[in-house]
Amino acid sequence: MSVLVRDRATAQPAPFPSPSRTLEPRRRPSRRTILLASAVVVWILGFVFLHGTSTLTLPASELTDLHRSLNQFNVWVAANRADNPVFLYVLTPLRAGVDAVANLFITTFAASSTGLRLPEIGWLGTVGLLGWIALAIGNARVALLTVTILIFFGFQGLFLEATYTFALVVTAVLLTLLVGIPLGVLAGVYGRVAKLITPVLDFMQTLPTFVYLAPLALIFLIGPASAVIATVIYAAPPVIRLTAHGIRGIPENTREASDSLGTTGVQRLLTLQLPMARRTIVMGINQSTMAALSMVTIAALIAAPGLGQVVVRALQSLDVGTAVNAGLSIVLLAIMLDRVTTAASRRAEPGAARNRRVSRRTRYILLGMTLVLALVMVQFSRTMLWAAAFPANLDIGRVIVQAVSSASEWTQANLSLFTVSFREAVTTGILNPFQSLLTETPFYILVAAIALAAYALGGWKLSALTTACLGVIIYLGLWSDSMVTLAATLVATTVVMVLGIVFGVAMGRSARVDQIMRPMLDAGQTMPAFVYLVPFLGLFGATRFTAIIAGIIYAAPVAIKITADGIAAISPTVVEAAVSSGSTPWQVITKVQLPMARQTLALAANQGLIYVLAMVVVGALVGAGGLGYDVVAGFVQSSLFGKGLAAGLAIVFLGILLDRMTQAAAATPARKIPSPKTSTT
Amino acid sequence: MNKARLLLNRTVPAVAGAAAAIMLFAGCGGASVNQSAADPAADGAAACGTVNVAMNAWVGYTANAAVYSYVAKNELGCTVVQKDLNEQISWQGFASGEVDIVIENWGHDDLAKQYITDQKVAVDAGATGNVGYIGWYVAPWMAEKYPDITEWENLNKYASMLATSESGGKGQLLDGDPAFVTNDEALVKNLNLDYKVVFSGSEAALIQSFRTAEQNKTPILGYFYEPQWFLAQVPLKKVNLPAWTEGCDANAEEVACDYPEYKLNKIISKKFADSGSPAAKLAKSFNWTNEDQNAVATDIQGGMMPEEAAKKWVDANEDAVNAWLN
Repeated sequence: MSVLVRDRATAQPAPFPSPSRTLEPRRRPSRRTILLASAVVVWILGFVFLHGTSTLTLPASELTDLHRSLNQFNVWVAANRADNPVFLYVLTPLRAGVDAVANLFITTFAASSTGLRLPEIGWLGTVGLLGWIALAIGNARVALLTVTILIFFGFQGLFLEATYTFALVVTAVLLTLLVGIPLGVLAGVYGRVAKLITPVLDFMQTLPTFVYLAPLALIFLIGPASAVIATVIYAAPPVIRLTAHGIRGIPENTREASDSLGTTGVQRLLTLQLPMARRTIVMGINQSTMAALSMVTIAALIAAPGLGQVVVRALQSLDVGTAVNAGLSIVLLAIMLDRVTTAASRRAEPGAARNRRVSRRTRYILLGMTLVLALVMVQFSRTMLWAAAFPANLDIGRVIVQAVSSASEWTQANLSLFTVSFREAVTTGILNPFQSLLTETPFYILVAAIALAAYALGGWKLSALTTACLGVIIYLGLWSDSMVTLAATLVATTVVMVLGIVFGVAMGRSARVDQIMRPMLDAGQTMPAFVYLVPFLGLFGATRFTAIIAGIIYAAPVAIKITADGIAAISPTVVEAAVSSGSTPWQVITKVQLPMARQTLALAANQGLIYVLAMVVVGALVGAGGLGYDVVAGFVQSSLFGKGLAAGLAIVFLGILLDRMTQAAAATPARKIPSPKTSTT
Repeated sequence: MNKARLLLNRTVPAVAGAAAAIMLFAGCGGASVNQSAADPAADGAAACGTVNVAMNAWVGYTANAAVYSYVAKNELGCTVVQKDLNEQISWQGFASGEVDIVIENWGHDDLAKQYITDQKVAVDAGATGNVGYIGWYVAPWMAEKYPDITEWENLNKYASMLATSESGGKGQLLDGDPAFVTNDEALVKNLNLDYKVVFSGSEAALIQSFRTAEQNKTPILGYFYEPQWFLAQVPLKKVNLPAWTEGCDANAEEVACDYPEYKLNKIISKKFADSGSPAAKLAKSFNWTNEDQNAVATDIQGGMMPEEAAKKWVDANEDAVNAWLN
């Protein structure tokens, strides 16, 4: 995506802002500015004069008729599970099939259901086998990394949990590929399929994971099977998109050359398109694997065994030590899966074979020998108890837990005055006033103001779309909750943008800062959201503020990266011209670099918003109100099931609204460029 | 020639690897340490097998589950699998076979109707012997300073004192996990109280809030429940709500009365109940008092692993445990 950003930034004509030119538009504000300003005026006037009327508030325990009828779905499923043909012939066999695959991997790596509940392959065998696989598809370095990380899980006392999670991720990734690659190929080959499938993928990626967790648990019952199905839904879009992208990206003349040799469609696919798209497809597998890991963690809420369960338990008991220990495992597992699949994608690069240091022959001999070693380890782990279950006396997990716990207790005891007063200041000073500005203005005033702003940004079409989205939210009976969520989202996005600009500019201006920051940002993005909630919960308590922080941590890396790319892409001659004309660094940043990266900034804001919105529901686990709370409550209280479902839909429509509006703001008034939607984790 | 050598180079290691694999797997076959070591144990526990215990997220529950698991494991030789699930999801597990036992159930008439009466996948395994109370509580110092705060009619008087940055200008009523049994939103509305329900997210957060409030003498009003080990440390005072009468809480949206007294019970899956497993019999006979539960819960809260705390209690109460087993 960074490539696209760079293209756009450089594609702009680069007008050097001379004083006379910049003054001109200031005297006569554009139509757009007037319209936007009037939208704000309508809103403020509405707030001041009609304060507190028509706010469409619905208390958290109350339902509308729509919610009650959605609740009926719950009852209907329960009543029809045994005899409805859809359940009998489609859903129940599907569940049984997925369950069988999941159980196969769970028995192999984690625990069997008989005897001592030891897995088919004990810890030593798992280390050997996975290390060998990493060597075979990647290289020696990632193999070593894999072995080290796996053994470290043992020392953490979490080997069993980690293998459960691993088994579920493997199951989910296999099924994802089974579904995703054929779909991706179809979408790549036939443009019509791509058009049909893209909105569905968009929808799948904006829909918060929690929303389909509840209905899935209802239909497929709780347990590994529904966890895997939920994970497949979450992890499939990246691989479908990237497969299609890889196939479409093959140069036209290459295809024609192949066609001129008289290849049939299937031949072309097998001999040209798939091999040439191989690297992109493996990249898709990488993305899907990372998505699968973060979803498997959340699926602990519907009885998916593994590390997620440990984190959930720690969240419940505010046990920072345990959460950090388990979180560390998740991060390490993420690093392991990421590095191995990345190494595999490098290996898949055309021409990679020629640049290798070892000859093919040595490599095969090496692989053969290590395979024998791995198999010996497997054999040991099946016959010796010490190699089957990781020795408990090597467990230093408790030490880690206690050390972190006492550190966090110290922090809480000594910083609580500071953290609490900071939280209170932000909440009463910024969040509450802004929230009441949104929730206490009559709904029709806000709809009018938003429609006006949408018209200013994108014309009638956008205006109609936003009004329709807001209409749906009102129909869902969740207007007030949506405004609470919107307030929190906008506050979080503002902070994200400030961070994005500060760090993005620093990174864009200095390669050294970039080098230091980038790995940290990557780590922030690979870490599943669940993990870092607990320490912040300890520091700030379960409040909207904590939820906002969670959203900021999740979204800031994306915004920073996009901004940095945009700043770095500005032609150095322009910057030099400004410097040589005597501008201070501050002037260069504010007068040249930021204005020229305006579109990139809007794109960063767009992505930041979408990422913050994706965290709304997870934030509700640590005290966010609004739609996120409705979703969580619908998940845990059957009487609120329908409301939770409606709230999930409301989040999607809010997402569409914010996405389209920021996209329109990012596009130049003259020609609209659709901004790319990333499918990153 | 060259081609042949290349072919040889490729195939030799592959064949060798495959042969090694075949030999290894043929050699070990079914005689893995898992099965062989399990055999002697299996004789004693042939009838028990695996018990899936749902773990709901409050310490009292953990205490029940720990003692039950300890006895099932050590006296009956069962394999116990504990699964961290919230209340509603646990009930769904009866249908899927993921859950065999919920060892402390608070009411949940709607779920009982759905899973016991309608779907017939679960059965009531009798009382745990614990009696549960849910209600609104204030910190002890508040009951001392404002004696009339324990009557609900007076709560509006103190609403402004209980306001926080989260409660939007109204008084704050602090609730726990959204999954807990609660009518609080409806109560606030139907009793015309100037309060807003704010969810703290978990039992641990509730306890922390009450503890800090008592320490710093800051005002707090919150949802809480007995039996609870924490009440032995900080004796919270219960606020009297309009008395509970039969059927006054039938419609969740129109509740205007106190919570009923909960005779806590155990729910087990139909399949498990019919299996004749000694663990199912233990589930039915498991019975103890609020003091017993608090003793174990206090130990767990004090840093003991649940299993150790259970062992301590079982060792001290052998008669009670033997009564369950016979």
